[in-house]
Amino acid sequence: MDIDKVFKALADPTRRRLLDQLHSESGQTLGALCEHMDMTRQAVTQHLQLLEAANLVAVVWQGREKLHYINPVPLHEIHTRWIAKFEHGRLDALHNLKQQLEGKEDDNDNPGKT
Amino acid sequence: MTTTTPAKPSFVYVSYIQTTPEKVWQAFMDTDVMAKYWVGPTSECARVNVSDWKPGSKWEHQRLDAARTVDICGKVVECNPPKRLVYTWARPSEADDESKHSRVEIDIEQRIDGLVRLTVSHIDLDAQMLAGISGGWPAVLSNLKTLLETGHVLPRVAAAA
Repeated sequence: MDIDKVFKALADPTRRRLLDQLHSESGQTLGALCEHMDMTRQAVTQHLQLLEAANLVAVVWQGREKLHYINPVPLHEIHTRWIAKFEHGRLDALHNLKQQLEGKEDDNDNPGKT
Repeated sequence: MTTTTPAKPSFVYVSYIQTTPEKVWQAFMDTDVMAKYWVGPTSECARVNVSDWKPGSKWEHQRLDAARTVDICGKVVECNPPKRLVYTWARPSEADDESKHSRVEIDIEQRIDGLVRLTVSHIDLDAQMLAGISGGWPAVLSNLKTLLETGHVLPRVAAAA
């Protein structure tokens, strides 16, 4: 079902990068997203279409501008079904330990704004 | 209240649900249904939105605790069952200052493939409020989807651990 599309969409580094871009600033145009991507507009468009088909990206038209928003609802469904029920607290502790040992502040794209 | 230049939403959340627009609408009106799926970001306590949902009326986001604490309030802007619900969103301390209100737009659309597309857009959110609630909506929407499709919500993390 839908969940297959979500996992497929996530199984690609470019698409994950696009999601990171949209996480740091949601509601971007294709042009703005392309500035951060080292590939053609057509390639970015195709990746965005797959993300949209998986409902990881929602599109809103604002006049003539097509804005892309990250849609975390399917990720939350995955989280609830596949992560939350498996000892969330201990996984968190492991994750924090790994980050500390590897010297990373955060895996996420951290834009440094609140 | 109409705006000539549409503001850019701060976030847009979309869920596709195997149900009818009427059932989704009821889930936003009926506090008994809401109490089943609307959980707060930090507490185990369920939340409900209370109003007569007439344009111009007030609405309140209440905790289902003894005090019925109001965390958010606002005014109903548009109520068009079972398709569109628009309301303003404010901290109770800023209820009288409409310049500080943000706006929630809920759109319910029947698709030809039988699914219902539920879109929640939040417009003019300040950064602090955005950080506070943007994690809450996905939980609410995925709970709602599970409730409407299966008749029950997923067990809470605490209960499953």
